[in-house]
Amino acid sequence: MSTVATTSPAPPRTDFLRSLGSFPILGPVAALILACIFFATQSDRFLSGANFSLILQQVVVVGTLAIGQTLVILTGGIDLSNGMIMALSSVLMTGLYANSGMDPYLAVLVGMAVCVAFGVVNGWLHTFIGLPPFIVTLGTYSIAYSLVRIYTTATITDVPPALNFFGDTFRIGSTAITYGTVAMIVLYVIAWFVLRSTPAGRAVYAVGDNPEAARLAGIHTGRVLIAVYTIAAISYGIAGLLLVGRMGVGDPNTGQNGNLESITAVVLGGTSLLGGRGYIMGTLVGALIVGVFRNGLQLMGIGSNYQVLITGVLVILAASVDYLSHRGK
Amino acid sequence: MKLQRALVAAAAAVLAGEALAADVTVGLITKTESNPFFVKMKEGASQEAKRQGAKLLTGAGAKDGDNEGQVTALENMINAGAKGILITPSDTKAIVPALQRARQQGALVIALDTATEPQSAVDALFATDNFKAGVLIGQWAKAAMAGKKPVIATLDLQPGITVGAQRHNGFLQGMGLAKADPNSSNLVTAPQVVCSQDTHGDQAEGQAAMENCLSKNPDINLVYTINEPAAFGAYTAIRAAGKEKDILIVSVDGGCRGVQGVVDGKIAATSQQYPLKMATMGVQAVVDYAKSGKKVSGYTDTGVTLITDKAQPGVPSKDSKFGMANCWGTK
Repeated sequence: MSTVATTSPAPPRTDFLRSLGSFPILGPVAALILACIFFATQSDRFLSGANFSLILQQVVVVGTLAIGQTLVILTGGIDLSNGMIMALSSVLMTGLYANSGMDPYLAVLVGMAVCVAFGVVNGWLHTFIGLPPFIVTLGTYSIAYSLVRIYTTATITDVPPALNFFGDTFRIGSTAITYGTVAMIVLYVIAWFVLRSTPAGRAVYAVGDNPEAARLAGIHTGRVLIAVYTIAAISYGIAGLLLVGRMGVGDPNTGQNGNLESITAVVLGGTSLLGGRGYIMGTLVGALIVGVFRNGLQLMGIGSNYQVLITGVLVILAASVDYLSHRGK
Repeated sequence: MKLQRALVAAAAAVLAGEALAADVTVGLITKTESNPFFVKMKEGASQEAKRQGAKLLTGAGAKDGDNEGQVTALENMINAGAKGILITPSDTKAIVPALQRARQQGALVIALDTATEPQSAVDALFATDNFKAGVLIGQWAKAAMAGKKPVIATLDLQPGITVGAQRHNGFLQGMGLAKADPNSSNLVTAPQVVCSQDTHGDQAEGQAAMENCLSKNPDINLVYTINEPAAFGAYTAIRAAGKEKDILIVSVDGGCRGVQGVVDGKIAATSQQYPLKMATMGVQAVVDYAKSGKKVSGYTDTGVTLITDKAQPGVPSKDSKFGMANCWGTK
């Protein structure tokens, strides 16, 4: 089995006869469906379009952060800086307009440019200096954290209408859906297509599975890694834009738990922290599992301490399933 | 068609409201679930809800300053059918758009303990007059320091939060060192203040901040702290420096551990506030709204008392025995 894994860089194909490990998205999807059935029996308010639209809105920011996190984790890395890069981009996008009178679209571009810079720095320090991603992104987390506070300590409330777009809604039947939800889903579909069906996507899996083998197969691993960290950072910038749309403010206190929350979504989605194995759509399901439990438990009247407790139990369960189904291969 | 459907839905909602008048749902959202202040608040809300036959939903941010966590809890509670939301906002500005949406959906929104910015973003505010709480310890400190030149350290909350600024500014105004707008969220300062650090109201951060302040200026003789955990952190640092006899610590909160600190001589004076009362009044207001459709409005002062065992002439105060009898948190 191990030779199969190292010589074929492509993501594992569907084969129901193999263990669950070969098709890790089944577990998370089953968990999500079971959770929905359970909450539907507990609260008559759970199964409604409005409530599902709300759950989607509530996972938009973490879900988008987790796209970048999934890419990084697929290469065997980890990104602790993502939430703070998002926070920096969101205070810049709002603050440059509110405090400096910059054109809002230009402000968004500046915010995105700063994200790209952070991504390039993360990737470069990892590949060319050879620092472990944990250390690199721990450092850039702190740098972004302090840059946010150097730039502003006050919440920015004067947000231009253009930046509220992703919080605006349209209706399908009687259910209001935010454009932010649509944006997140579109990003997932793009990421899914690229990872599954393009050489670039396969290179990401290859580098994460076995960098040495990938290099021998002619893949420029350094370039792949820098591209992954940069694209990931762009997803954090987009998350920042979606956050502004959802919250209607630029909040300097945001994003501090974005790293752990996005890693939670990735792990719940069945992606291995060891790299090279996992599904981007699993991450979306993972983010939804967290959102469904938070919402369902609240509807049942169970407080937030228990919501966090259950998330912890689910993470350990998901990681155990991944570990056990791959042990000895 | 659309109008028809809307009318049917509205009628159904009215009927449902009538049928469920006995069990009103109230949402309580605190900054965290661990701080004893909010535990006491939850206890008050839960007692009152039981007495009124209302259902209480509770939620909180992951930590102080977590606005998204509060917004998520708020949205979920509205979907759960909450008639009213009682909230201690973690971020007094950032929460405003979400509160406005909740009010548009027909919920009564009451801020407890901490005012939103603007205050009109909620229907009503039940809170301690935090500026007055600061003024009281400032006036006391001024009298207690009589004859000595104050060298002050302030251990504050975090930037941009009204409560933190109101207590800090009230303290300096009570000392007679600065004039401040009681509703401002910006800190004022004075030449006598030689060190100001943010502690997030946390004991460990309070200790680190005090250590830094003492190495910056060893002559500090008066310390204002945002709350009692920060005060205890400061005391640990001060005792380690062997200066516990030379430095007065004043604080705000009146938790049982804090009042014990007054008994033990660690904290010289503290302004006591009453979270249980805020929550009790909040639940009552929501139940009234659900039954009569009448909304409370404006600001209600839930009271503040200066607790010290060294009463100063001209500054009204009660002793630690009174403080212990009226405190919150475990004794």
